[in-house]
Order: sequence, then structure tokens, then C-alpha cells
Amino acid sequence: MLSRTADNLYWLARYVERAEYLARILDATLRLTALPLAYVGAGNEWQSAVATAGCADAFAAAYPEANEDTVTHFLAFSPANPSSIRCCLESARVNARAVRTALTVEMWDTINGAWLELKKWSDGPSSRQDFSSFLRWVIESSLRFDGSAYRTMLRNDAYWFSRLGLYIERADNTARILDVKYHLLLPAIEPVGGPLDYFQWASILRSVSALTAYHWVYRENVKPWLVAELLILRDEMPRSLASCYENLVQNADRIARAYGRQGLAQRQARTIRARLENSRIEQIFQEGLHEFLNDFIKDNNQFGAAVTQQYLV
Amino acid sequence: MFDEMQGSEQSRQVVRPAYAALWDWLGETKPDVLDFRRREAELLFRRIGITFAVYGDAEAHERLIPFDIIPRILSASEWDVLHRGLVQRIKAINAFVNDIYHRREILKAGVLPEDLIFQNPVFRPEMNGQKVPHDVYVHVAGIDVVRTDAETFYVLEDNARTPSGVSYMLENREIMLRLFPELFSRYRVAPVEHYPDELLQTLKSVAPSAASSDPTVVLLTPGLHNSAYYEHSFLADKLGIELVEGRDLVVKDEVVHMRTTEGLKRVDVIYRRIDDDFLDPLVFRPDSALGVPGLMSAYQADNVTLANAVGTGIADDKAIYSYMPQILKFYLGEDPILKNVPTWRCRESDHLTYVLEHIGELVTKEVHGSGGYGMLIGPAADRATIAAFCAKLKSNPKDFIAQPTLALSTCPTCVEDGIAPRHVDLRPFVLAGRDRIHVVPGGLTRVAMPKGSLVVNSSQGGGTKDTWVLDR
Repeated sequence: MLSRTADNLYWLARYVERAEYLARILDATLRLTALPLAYVGAGNEWQSAVATAGCADAFAAAYPEANEDTVTHFLAFSPANPSSIRCCLESARVNARAVRTALTVEMWDTINGAWLELKKWSDGPSSRQDFSSFLRWVIESSLRFDGSAYRTMLRNDAYWFSRLGLYIERADNTARILDVKYHLLLPAIEPVGGPLDYFQWASILRSVSALTAYHWVYRENVKPWLVAELLILRDEMPRSLASCYENLVQNADRIARAYGRQGLAQRQARTIRARLENSRIEQIFQEGLHEFLNDFIKDNNQFGAAVTQQYLV
Repeated sequence: MFDEMQGSEQSRQVVRPAYAALWDWLGETKPDVLDFRRREAELLFRRIGITFAVYGDAEAHERLIPFDIIPRILSASEWDVLHRGLVQRIKAINAFVNDIYHRREILKAGVLPEDLIFQNPVFRPEMNGQKVPHDVYVHVAGIDVVRTDAETFYVLEDNARTPSGVSYMLENREIMLRLFPELFSRYRVAPVEHYPDELLQTLKSVAPSAASSDPTVVLLTPGLHNSAYYEHSFLADKLGIELVEGRDLVVKDEVVHMRTTEGLKRVDVIYRRIDDDFLDPLVFRPDSALGVPGLMSAYQADNVTLANAVGTGIADDKAIYSYMPQILKFYLGEDPILKNVPTWRCRESDHLTYVLEHIGELVTKEVHGSGGYGMLIGPAADRATIAAFCAKLKSNPKDFIAQPTLALSTCPTCVEDGIAPRHVDLRPFVLAGRDRIHVVPGGLTRVAMPKGSLVVNSSQGGGTKDTWVLDR
């Protein structure tokens, strides 16, 4: 397969995943800001949404203040923010168009259809209601894309490279949302079970579509260290770092087997997975959640760079 | 004026036999049903993403070519004439290009003036003495044909460089099969769907002698922003070959490789959809970012085949066109089966005088223009346009030819207010390989959508139709 094709597939998957993640952050933020202040504290949720999306600096350079209008515009519709939902979907289609021959009809239909539909919102949403349906639509488009990839793609290198993009992006997103909210997850700050924390934690879970999963796994109230454990270490949780790396190791190995050659990327993926497997949440908290997440984000980026170096250029 | 369905003006009441069943069907089908299917077709095209870019039109960055749902039908005997004419034409073209870059007997015989070759920008001195596999230069040609009455077909242009449009031929048929199954139950239509197989076989058959028995073929595209990009990706997909851009290829020791996830892989045949000028910045335009540095060295070492070959523009140049009947006669000893449109060469002073006197009746074209650009249709132009064009013509008559305004045949077409005749042409695609010439029955029918218009080019708002060749 052409390196450029693999590169396009990899980024296509990353952009679609990122668009969905942004939509989930915005959706969770909308819910939080709809609650009375007594329940959520006086922190600026919109500022925190920008930080979670990983573009606080770019935002600060463009806007004086983080509020509903500026943040929804910046994260969802701004043509100037390369990581806005709109730009992600546009970049996804550019990548898709460049590799039409490697996509199934269903995948192309989904991504091209989403791109056409996006035009409906080119002037921004007409109301909050409209914005909500926009977010739902983004999430659905991503699900449909992922589903059609899963259901229709041949299981060959094209599929594996797109999975690598998806899971690297997802791992990065999960780590970031935990890192932005890590102070809330530290058990000592607030009395456990206070309403303030409850809604914040629920919101974290909602951003990664894990609220229901949490209850199924733990069968108890939302507790901060369990939230962290679920999203970092539990491999049955599809957005957890452990699950992402389970998948990354598998897909990187399939590529290596098909090409008959292991490389740096495979070794790095296994190292990161081993670290996750050997960690316990108590120990992570002791040594510092923030430091742990920071290291993870760095390692994850390095793994991405190794994949690029080994296959995509 | 000749209508494909109703014949000449004298015989308008009689539907031509090939169209009889279509005529009945159109009579039985309610206008709103037709309209509904028409909109459905448009939706399908947009959904599949068949678009093309129009240069200099920022608004419609990706535009749909209008598709007309009423097919254009050719009887078996009409196709037979066309087929023989096309095969004859491509044989002569390949013999001509080979001769021009080798012995030049046609010049020695004085059939056409030397300066027309040697001072022509599409002549490639790099190709002098260059051997190409099996002496095939033009592997894919899109020869534009028009007709003016039941018997007479004219060749309008021999596109021998990188003709496009074949994806529309294939997709139009797919859409028609999907939307009008009942119409196909009344006709036996020769299939076109094997074109990609034929193309691949043609390309493999001309691989360099050094290539393995299963040569690696790729399609080289200028990239996403090219107007025909959709077609490039469509064809690569149907052929099951890689769609590469210049940056995906690298030349090492005069061998072309592509960069893959498994390292470099040798390439044997390049079906290139990039113009000569942009192929290799070391040889042609140094500012080309689309090409591959060193490609020509690999080509000259016979390590890779380019399809079409470099320098084939000399065969479809508008200035050369007027000599095609003599060229055919010279190489094949035969008279052309398909006629040439009478052409005045403005480089000759008596022709120029005639053209200037009759410019209002003629179609005058720039010899190096294409796609309907740089062309004046006398009867349709106003005084100011004509005056401006004449000034250009007089300042550089060598660059122009003129032809009578042909009364192109019309074909019934769905327009705003129902069904009306619109002018059409036909671009069949001719494939030439090692020992075989193949023409898929049909081609791309282009239709000028505005009433009375003779310009069928998609860049000028032309549409397309499915083209049916009936089984015997």
C-alpha cells in the first residue's frame, strides 16, 4: 500500500474521532452550564472545555473571554481553528477524497454525506436546540463512519492503519479530559459524594460516553478514583487508555505480521500497554495523576511519531 | 438539421428504428415520473461524489456535470462503421507518431510541412529515436465524433494525450441500469462495464521487456485539485491499481519505484494523466511539483512504460488535424472511413483571407486550445467579440484554424419545459495494446444543454448521456 494512502487513512480516522470527541465535550458542557451554580461550582466550564479540547492557547489568542458563544463557535464552527468540528470534518473528507480507492462505498457515503450536510450549519446554529441537534448529528456521523468501517472494510493494512489513527486519537482524548479535570479526581479536595463533585464526575463520564458503563462495572456511586480507574486501567471500557492500547498493540502486530517485520512502533505499543497493565490506581494517585497522564500523552505522541516514521512517509 | 430520433427535417414523422421502443416508452411514461427519476439520478451522482472542478470558478469548486436520462442510441450497423473508422484512425496515428520520432518518411515525402512538426510546442525532441514497447504510442484515445445526417460521421478531434470522460461512460450506464430497468427490458444494449479490464490488459501488454510476467501498473494523477481527479480515482479503483501522485514515486538507478508501507516497490507501467510538460522537472517544466524527477531517464532506459507515450500531442494537434486524411492514406493506403471536417489553415494566406471574409459563418479555433476555450463560433458571436477575435487572428494567423459550423445532430433531452432536441457529439474510447485494438461499444455522448448551443464541453456547461449500442 502507498505510504500516502496509509497516511490519509490514519488521519481520516483521527479527524472523525476528534470531531466526535469535541461534540461530546460540548454536549457535556452544555449540560453542566444548565445546572444551578450550587451544583457545579463557580469555575468557568467553557474555559475548561477549551482546555479539554487541547487548544487553550489558540483560543486565548483569538478571544478575550470564554463563554458559550465564543467557545461553541471556536470548537464547533470556526474555520480558523484547525481542530474545530467543522475543520475536522472537512479535513476528514479531504483525506477521504484522496484515498477513495481505499474506502468502501459506505464509508465514503458517510463522510461525503456528512460534509454535504455540514453546509446546513455554515452560518452557525440558529438556536440552542439547533446546536444540540448539530452535536447529536456529529456523534451519529462518527458512529456511522466507525460502524461502516467495521462492517465493510477488508481486514487488511488499510483497515489496520485506520484503526491505529482511531485509537491513538481516542487515547489522547481520554487522557486529556482526565488531565484537565484531574484536580477533581483527587480524593482529598472535597468531601466525597458532595453534589459539586458528583456532577463534574458524571460530566467526565458523559464526555466519553461511559456513565452507564460506570454503573455496570462498579455498581456504586460515582467515586473519583473509580472514575480514574475506569478510564485508565479497565480494558473492558472501550475508551480507556488500557483498551486503546490493547487495540493498538493488536493492530500494530497485524501490520507487522502481514509485512513480516516488527519495528519500533510495535515495541513502543507493547511497552505502553505493559505499563498500563502493571499499574494500580492507588499507586497512580500516590505518584501523581497529573504526572502519569502527562507522561502518557507524551508516550502516546511518540508512538504516533514512530508509526509515521515506520510506515507513513 | 438531423435528429437522432426523428431523422432529417423531411422525415420528421417517422421515428428511426433504433429509437422506436424509446419513443413508445417516453409516450407511456408520465412527465412527473420522468422528472422524479431525473432528480433521483442527480442525487445519486452527488452522493457518489462524481464531480469535476471548473478552473477559475471558485463558487462551484466541485460541480456536477448535468446528466440527461434520455439515452443516445446507435444501431449495430452505425456502430460497425464507427468501429472500423476508429480502429483505422488509431492505427494511422500510432504509425504517424512512430514515424515522426524515427525515420520521418512522411516529411521526406512532403505530405506535410516540416515546420508544422519542428516548430510545434507539442513536438518533443527528447523522443527522437526513442523506442517504445511494440511501437505503441497512443494506448488510450478519445476520438470526438459528430454526425450531420444518417450516413455521415465526422471526426472533430483526435484526443491522443490524456483524454478523459470514460468514468462518465461507465457511471452513466450504472445509473441508467439502476433507474430504468424497464427500459432495458425493451432493448439489448451492448455492455461497457468491461472497459476497466480491457484497459488493464492493454496497459500490461505494453510493459517494458525487463518487467516481470505480472507487471506493476499505476495511475499517475496531478492530484485532488485536477478537474478529472474523480475519474482518476475511479479508474484506479476499477483497475485495482495504485493511484499515485508524483511525490509517491522516486527514481533510483533509472528505475521507478513507489513509496509503500513496506518500502520501495518497482513500477513498470504508468498510466499517466499528467501532461508531458509536468512529467519530469529535470527535463520539462522545472517548476513542476506534480512530476517525478528522473522519470524521463527511466523512460529512456526502457525501464518503465508511459501510457500514453511522451510527445503524442503531435498527433492530435489542431494544426496537424487537417492533414489526417493524407496521413491515413500515407500509412495505410486507405481512404478514411470517418470524414475530416473541412479545415482552413490560417497559416496559409489564401485560407486566412477566406476565413476573415467568412468569419461569421465559421468556427475558428486556436490550435493549442482545448476544452472549448479559445474558440469563436461565428454565427453565435456578436460584432464586438468577432472584431476582438479577428485582431487576435490577424496578429498570429499560424495559431488558428477554421471550420464550417457543422449542423451537429440533435438528440431528445430533458430540459426545463419537457423534452426537446439538443446538439450532441460522441467520444468513443479506443484502446491500443501490443497486438490488439479494442473499442468498447459506445462512449461518452456529450450534450449542449442550452437551446441551439453547439458547445458540448463540460467546462462550458455541457451535459452527458448514456450511449447505447444495440446488439444485432
